[in-house]
Amino acid sequence: MVPLSDYLVLSGILFACGVAGFLIKRNIITIFMSIELMLNGVNLSFVAFAAHWHALAGQIFVFFVMVVAAAEAAVGLAIIIAVYRARETLNVDQVNLLKL
Amino acid sequence: MTPNLNLWLIPVLPLAGAAINGFFGRKSSRTAVSTVALVFSGAAFAWALTSVLRFLPSEAPYQEYLAHWIRAGNFAVDFALYLDHLSVVMLLVVTGVGFLIHIYSVGYMWEDPSYYRFFCYLNLFLFFMLTLVLANNYLLMFIGWEGVGLASYLLIGFWFTKDSAASAGKKAFIVNRIGDFGFLIGLFLLIQHFGSLTFTQVFEQIQPLGVENGTSGPLTAVGILLMVGACGKSAQIPLYVWLPDAMEGPTPVSALIHAATMVTAGVYMVARSHVIFERAPIALTVVAIVGTLTALFAATIGVAQTDIKKVLAYSTVSQLGYMFMACGVGAFSAGIFHLMTHAFFKGLLFLGAGSVIHAVGGEQDMRKMGGLKTYIPVTFTTMLIATCAIAGIPPLAGFWSKDEILWKAYEANPVYWVIGAITAFITSFYMFRLLFMTFWGDYKGISVDDHGHAHATHGHEEHGHGEPHESPRVMLFPLIVLAFLSLVGGLVGIHNGFEHFLEPVFGSEFPKAVTSGGNTEWLLMGVSVLFSIAGLVLAYVLYVSKPYLPQRIADSLGNFYEAVLHKYYVDELYAAVFVKPLVNASTTVLWQGVDRKVIDNSINDAADGARHLSDEVRHMQSGNLRSYAGWIAAGAAIVIAYMTWLGVGR
Repeated sequence: MVPLSDYLVLSGILFACGVAGFLIKRNIITIFMSIELMLNGVNLSFVAFAAHWHALAGQIFVFFVMVVAAAEAAVGLAIIIAVYRARETLNVDQVNLLKL
Repeated sequence: MTPNLNLWLIPVLPLAGAAINGFFGRKSSRTAVSTVALVFSGAAFAWALTSVLRFLPSEAPYQEYLAHWIRAGNFAVDFALYLDHLSVVMLLVVTGVGFLIHIYSVGYMWEDPSYYRFFCYLNLFLFFMLTLVLANNYLLMFIGWEGVGLASYLLIGFWFTKDSAASAGKKAFIVNRIGDFGFLIGLFLLIQHFGSLTFTQVFEQIQPLGVENGTSGPLTAVGILLMVGACGKSAQIPLYVWLPDAMEGPTPVSALIHAATMVTAGVYMVARSHVIFERAPIALTVVAIVGTLTALFAATIGVAQTDIKKVLAYSTVSQLGYMFMACGVGAFSAGIFHLMTHAFFKGLLFLGAGSVIHAVGGEQDMRKMGGLKTYIPVTFTTMLIATCAIAGIPPLAGFWSKDEILWKAYEANPVYWVIGAITAFITSFYMFRLLFMTFWGDYKGISVDDHGHAHATHGHEEHGHGEPHESPRVMLFPLIVLAFLSLVGGLVGIHNGFEHFLEPVFGSEFPKAVTSGGNTEWLLMGVSVLFSIAGLVLAYVLYVSKPYLPQRIADSLGNFYEAVLHKYYVDELYAAVFVKPLVNASTTVLWQGVDRKVIDNSINDAADGARHLSDEVRHMQSGNLRSYAGWIAAGAAIVIAYMTWLGVGR
């Protein structure tokens, strides 16, 4: 049986990758994907704990997260398309009209 | 048991007058202001008079409890008033002379633009002085003591736009502060040793104690410290320097505060503490020596002064010296007697001097007066009476009290008597010198055109004629009343009447030597009268019949005359020894050193440090969203790392 710690380490690595991508990348789609990566890193730790403690709550949380993430992807991608149509770019540094 | 006298009304009435004039006086007419001031001070006098009449049949002191003030463990000080035969004398002198001087001021200050302010201060002074006199404990007395100092400061600097007046006020305040310091330490000692400041309680505890020998006892220390306080308030060596400068104030102020009442507070305080002093012979000797030296010292300075008010100021210092001499030889009632007669004739002299100054349009230099007796006969007559009284010519007031003091001084130690008699001679000389320079000879005043400057300071604008003129009746009335008192005020001292009156206060415990000295007393009396007349004759010779002589004498004395003219350079000495080092040390060490370098720099450095730190830290807030996210991630990482480490540690 794979021990709990391995799952957690993997979950951490996924999350860290997501954070790094979020911080480093300029492309808005990549940033979006990094966020998904972070969510999934968290999801992994949820199911791992749920399996370890034999508690169903963790798995139910994961379903909620996946639903929210799907909704987010639908809204987010729509916004991205709208932004691209308006600005003809996906670089977040150039989408700065609201900045002072 | 005496019925309730409602003594509290006596100080509160002038306070009410001061408040009314202070708050509403600016907009009121002069008539309204003077009505308020006169009514309230007059009412205080009337109430004092009725209270005294109702009190007098009883021998026992009367106490009136008003409110409790300080309670700390067993220590208690109340707002409470105390009336005995000693405070009766002071009470009547303060309210009576005070009321007369209020009347006089109506005429004297009429033209002044700050008319209401003057009366507000004057009433305020009466309030504090009456608090001082009526207090039943040292602390309440101290309140009054400080209050009269404040009123004195305000009134000396009444014409504060004049530099000399403003600095004279400050000088008076600061010099008094030195004395008050001694007074305060004395009070602390009293609390430490007797646990109380109420007169009756303190004295009850001291009564059984014997006479202290040596210098180490608490009573000696308390006595000397109280004397330091008295030196400040009553202008004795070495703290007398403020009083002559205080003459910058309006003349009624000089009469009321700096001659008749406030400066005698020191004498009153010493007399009030007689129980302490009688058991501390060394403190008593200090009092006597200080008084005697001051009497002589100030009198010699008075000889060379040319400003009419300065002569009177030094004369006041000298007379106060007499009072302390009397207290110092244990003759407290003689000191208080002289205090009373002095209030009459010195108040009168100052008011007369004010009338003279008024008459000649603000001039104070006696060399520019002369021949005034035909112009202002009433002032002249009253001044003549007062001069005879202070010189000790029988049967006027000053003769009786001064004679009493000299006789008591002789009993204690003939040296005191010798110095006192010499002082009496000098007193008589400089007072008649003043009289002759002012009223005899020809008028040497300036013509009316030159009056402008003097008018500006004193505000007498209405007289456009060049000749000196008599003062209005409102100013002459107090002169006449005081002249009458100076004439007959001493008669209460016949057959030791005054001493008997004060016996309930001073008399019973330490029986004094029987005062029927027989031949010696008559001889001493004769000698002192002779001295007074010699002074008169000398003044007449020098200033009337041979007016060229004084200059020649002054020339032949050379440096000594210079020293006397410059008041023995005491002011300069104090400036060099105390003021200058203090100013220098304050400038270099406290201001440039501590204030600038330590305090200012530490605050500036703190501010600079905060700015530099912020300069560094503000780079974190770049406005870049991703860097914020990075900080959040880093923070989260640190928190997780910390918690992991904690988990491991556990």
